[in-house]
Amino acid sequence: MSGDLKGIYTVHEFTLAVKGILTGGQFNDVWIRGEISNFKNHTSGHRYFTLKDKNSSLQCVMFKWHGQNLRFELEHGMKVLILGDLDVYEQRGQYQLKVRAIRPDGIGELYKAFEQLKNKLALEGLFSPEHKKALPRFPKKIGIATSETGAVLHDILTVLKRRYPVSVLFIPTMVQGESAAGSIVHSIELLNRTDVDLMILGRGGGSLEDLWAFNEEIVARAIFNSKLPIISAVGHETDFTIADFVADIRAPTPSAAAEIAVPDRQELYNQVMRLRELLIERQRRNIHDSCLRIDELGKSFDPHVYREKLSDHMQYLDDMAQRQVLSMHRMLETKTSHFGACTGKLDAVSPLRTLSRGYSIAMKYPEKTIVRWINDVEKNDEIQILVNDGKIKCGVNDKEECKWK
Amino acid sequence: MEMNFEDKLAELETIVEKLEKGQLPLDKSLELFEHAITLSRECNIILKSARQKVEKLIEEDNGLKSEEFALPNENLEGYRS
Repeated sequence: MSGDLKGIYTVHEFTLAVKGILTGGQFNDVWIRGEISNFKNHTSGHRYFTLKDKNSSLQCVMFKWHGQNLRFELEHGMKVLILGDLDVYEQRGQYQLKVRAIRPDGIGELYKAFEQLKNKLALEGLFSPEHKKALPRFPKKIGIATSETGAVLHDILTVLKRRYPVSVLFIPTMVQGESAAGSIVHSIELLNRTDVDLMILGRGGGSLEDLWAFNEEIVARAIFNSKLPIISAVGHETDFTIADFVADIRAPTPSAAAEIAVPDRQELYNQVMRLRELLIERQRRNIHDSCLRIDELGKSFDPHVYREKLSDHMQYLDDMAQRQVLSMHRMLETKTSHFGACTGKLDAVSPLRTLSRGYSIAMKYPEKTIVRWINDVEKNDEIQILVNDGKIKCGVNDKEECKWK
Repeated sequence: MEMNFEDKLAELETIVEKLEKGQLPLDKSLELFEHAITLSRECNIILKSARQKVEKLIEEDNGLKSEEFALPNENLEGYRS
């Protein structure tokens, strides 16, 4: 029996033996084409799925550290190319592929990945207009992140030079290949630490694969997080990348980016000259208006007008004076006649008239009171008698009461 | 601080507008006019004196520096597609 037992493995020993053969190197670094199914994105961060085609299926695992560089999320039914190494999962005795990289297989899948990321970032608001930064109207210094070789830099510099020469800070950036995304992110971050007013992120045209770095999530986020405004100019007019959606402005071509970045010097010069002409024209009109006003004021200040006004006043004064003299005369006449009447009346009642009519007036002396009644005097009183042409001093010798009427 | 082109242009526009309204005292408008003419002259000087200067940003251990940069013109045609 014991001899028969020779060569009997334990399950684990057998599994290890198989593993030794399978992982010997022949199935390392293999690319496999297939379709994803049973995809599970485990909370641990590892991804588990089955890669299958019409006839077969293959268990796959992508550990977290490899999955970090994945440019898109896996979906059921997605056609992919995977790179990995064959491995044996000892607990289950299962062979599986340890996946290191996954690429969308074919242009359709690339678009799918593109759409997927675009939708995700759109939902997050990375493309929203309210996050778009305004470009400075007159930038002093422009940052350019693009390849050191290639027509893009030349095109941008040429247009800038023609339109409005400004200072340019160029940072050589890889725009294609595996490390392009990292290089672009790095350039964006570095330019944000310089004194440029805005940056142009550019690349010439190419296939969707060529432009892929500009569809990477890390690039999109770097553009979104940039404090400087970014003009994206990736590919040709018809190429749209995620970077274009996140950028503050998308230029159809690198040359167009330069045109957007700076104003046209000739136009500005024309504008200044136009303003200058307007200025001179307006000022000429203002001065002309002022002259007209002075003329008008001068006219209204004409001495003739005043002389006329003055003679009017003088005539009026004369008039008034004359009227005053006339009225004085009239008043004087009235008063004089009134006076005459009064003196007449006075004359009529005057004692002198009595005397002139032949009567005399007796007055007691020295009191000079008029003697009217018999009792006004006593015997031996002195009296004075006024006559027409003098006065007579007399004594009262006797008196006798009589009834004349 | 020295005014930049943008500020000068904006002030020039404002003065032209003010003069257009024409309600300023003459001496004030003359003063503005003179200032505006100076501004327009300065604007043109700024425009004329603009020069392109291209530098390349280089990362070093202790930070960033930049150096003069010129395009390799002779090879350019090869890159154009």
